Amino acid sequence: MPAIALTGIDKRFGEVRANSNVNLTVASGSVHGIVGENGAGKSTLMSILYGFYEADRGTIHIHGNEVRIRSPKEAIAVGIGMVHQHFMLVDPLSVIDNVMLGAEGGALLSKGEQHIRAALAKLGHDYGLDIDPDAIVGELPVGLQQRVEILKALVRGADILILDEPTAVLTPDEAEQLFALLRTLASQGKTVILITHKLHEIMAVTDHVSVMRRGEMVATLETAQTSPAQLADQMVGRHVLLDVSKGPAKLGPVRLSVDHLVIKDSHASLRVKDVSFDIRAGEILGLAGVAGNGQKELLEALAGIITPTLGRILLEGEDLSLVAPTPAERRVHGLLHIPEDRQRMGLVSAFSAAESMILGYQTDAEFGTGPLLSSSAIEAHTTKEMDLYDIRPRDASLKTAKFSGGNQQKIVLAREIEHHPKVLIVGQPTRGVDVGAIEFIHKRLIALRDAGVAILLVSVELDEIMSLSDRIIVMCGGVITGERTPETTNDRDLGLLMAGVTERAG
Amino acid sequence: MDIYATLIAILESSIRLCIPLVFACLAGLWSEKSGVVDIGLEGKMLVAAFASAAAAGATNSAFIGLGAGIIAAVTFALIHGFAAISQRGNQIVSGVAINMLAAGLTALVGNAWYAQGGRTTPLEGNARFLPLTWPGAEVIDQIPLIGPIYAHLISGHSILAYCALAATVASAFVLRHTRFGLRIRAVGENPAAVDTAGVSVTRLRYTAVIIAGVLCGFAGSYLSLGQAAGFLTNMTAGKGFIALAALIFAKWRAWPAMWTCFLFGLLDAVAIRLQGVSVPGIGQIPVQAIQALPYLMTVILLAGFIGKAIPPKASGLPYVKER
Repeated sequence: MPAIALTGIDKRFGEVRANSNVNLTVASGSVHGIVGENGAGKSTLMSILYGFYEADRGTIHIHGNEVRIRSPKEAIAVGIGMVHQHFMLVDPLSVIDNVMLGAEGGALLSKGEQHIRAALAKLGHDYGLDIDPDAIVGELPVGLQQRVEILKALVRGADILILDEPTAVLTPDEAEQLFALLRTLASQGKTVILITHKLHEIMAVTDHVSVMRRGEMVATLETAQTSPAQLADQMVGRHVLLDVSKGPAKLGPVRLSVDHLVIKDSHASLRVKDVSFDIRAGEILGLAGVAGNGQKELLEALAGIITPTLGRILLEGEDLSLVAPTPAERRVHGLLHIPEDRQRMGLVSAFSAAESMILGYQTDAEFGTGPLLSSSAIEAHTTKEMDLYDIRPRDASLKTAKFSGGNQQKIVLAREIEHHPKVLIVGQPTRGVDVGAIEFIHKRLIALRDAGVAILLVSVELDEIMSLSDRIIVMCGGVITGERTPETTNDRDLGLLMAGVTERAG
Repeated sequence: MDIYATLIAILESSIRLCIPLVFACLAGLWSEKSGVVDIGLEGKMLVAAFASAAAAGATNSAFIGLGAGIIAAVTFALIHGFAAISQRGNQIVSGVAINMLAAGLTALVGNAWYAQGGRTTPLEGNARFLPLTWPGAEVIDQIPLIGPIYAHLISGHSILAYCALAATVASAFVLRHTRFGLRIRAVGENPAAVDTAGVSVTRLRYTAVIIAGVLCGFAGSYLSLGQAAGFLTNMTAGKGFIALAALIFAKWRAWPAMWTCFLFGLLDAVAIRLQGVSVPGIGQIPVQAIQALPYLMTVILLAGFIGKAIPPKASGLPYVKER
């Protein structure tokens, strides 16, 4: 009998269908992986299983019994424990207080504390999960904080353990230890669900693997019968190849050099490890990779949003950290950035289209005098751009939020392209954009390249990378795993590189 | 000996002055520990002071007055709770609204009912909380040194003063040693951790806000039934904000909160004592300058002497489940 059987799970958030008709069966005593890109709906599905959200439709069976899980409390009651990606810990409290929270065993703490202390000692002995119960959680290294999360679940008697991206904050050594623990747990009859987008982890530790894409469950496979390449294909999915006609690149001098770049995030974990590449005028360099492998951090470092830990970024031979450390100064130097997430970084959705159209360029002489903005000049400029980029509706005073995704993207694109970049960094230019707009955006990027702009294109859409790029680099786990040209590679080859397999596929 | 008597007198008056601060500060402690910022302490104290005076005047019972004060303050606390917890509104705005509503409402209703420019009818006898004299206080007072401590510092306060001490003991114990206290401490730091542990964030925060209301009720009653003999317009005079300052100074802990309030009470007592006193070399200090002293000291203490005071991480933030 399966430990978990989910049938026909649907969940909507407003317009977004986070899960649609998802079925999932997990065998008891196994480690079951769920892979998919960021936003594929993995976390939502697990949140439904843990009672954080209730599904709009569908049924949940645990060990054969149909259950309704409306809150984490009910999930705990049926034996489900969860280790969240962002730890659900209270930093200033001790380990024992954190483990005890919600399972205190009485109005006074003293009795429950003894009980939990004994339970922790036993778990430490059984699974090698030793921890100082009186340590302050906020002062522990992340690996041990994660251990506290696992202990929280086990102390509550969980026999199904869900781990959401558990290795995101771990060092490789810590990850190895975690995997060994997961195998031990499974061998003792516990059921483990591992959510990740790292394929090698799936291959290393799971018995079965399910692939999600855009809210749907597209495949469930036996891990031994599959390969990273096959999983990468399933994750990214195949789309109709958009035909982009472009002539050969007329290469100019090197515009942007990235020299041994190392980036650590705020948790001090390495996101980009020693990355170097050049982009020349008149070429599009495609950067492929499964989302979350360091591309976002690389992009933000190039744009000046975050500061790299080590290494240099050179624009026409000048070290940008010296001459132009901030995004605004980089714009002045001709390095423009179209962010991955237009809603969060590219636009202010409460602003009018005209205001969004001049964001970052509001001090240009064209848009006003001194501290005053000229709304007529801004509107005239916006109307002109709207005609040029076919942004609909053509209403410069309409709120940015009222435009469709494609038209919003065109606003950002128009704003940056019309400011004459030397180097253009483009993140996910066609995410959430309708097919017509995709074609238009692709043509603009090609035209820009032909005009001699150096373009770095970051996309999780392999087709987009294949059809636009003159050269392709692939990132996996923060390093460049390979460089190809579109003529000498194929999806399968790139898929392997995206999975971190560096031997050349045939 | 004269200096000693003065010292005892100042300390005695410090205790009296710090009682409403202690209640208000503990109210703020409960609220903020649970993650709800409460700058409406002032307003809740004010409505409680008014309701207490009105009810005590009507029934000639201080205890009924106290009950009415608590009900009024809890009502206002629930308004704040509804705005801050259920509606996820801005907690500062809601707190300011509570203060303005309380200031306006008490003045308006006071004038309409009593027609004395916002005052209530003066209270006396059973309608007030009078100082309790402990057994043998007068006799023991005669013993040198120790006697006045018993007679004036331990004995001789209203029942509410002893309640303030009890509230401090209870708050410190409950927060540290009980399940409810652990959950309150956790919910103010990381409500998501509490939620995923299967405990209702909303219910915890409402409970904390109601406790804050009850404590503000005590604070307000003490003002109009203990310290004064009736309600005066805006009689809280910023005590709610001083209590908030004391809370920061005490770094959100119960016992330090009480001692900090005592320190502010001491400043107040010294200021009162200094009125009309001629300081050598300076002459007589203007009354206004003296009255400003406690507030000035508040600013100085807060700015310079507390070191790093870290509020509960989630205080002021409405809890919304992440997607």
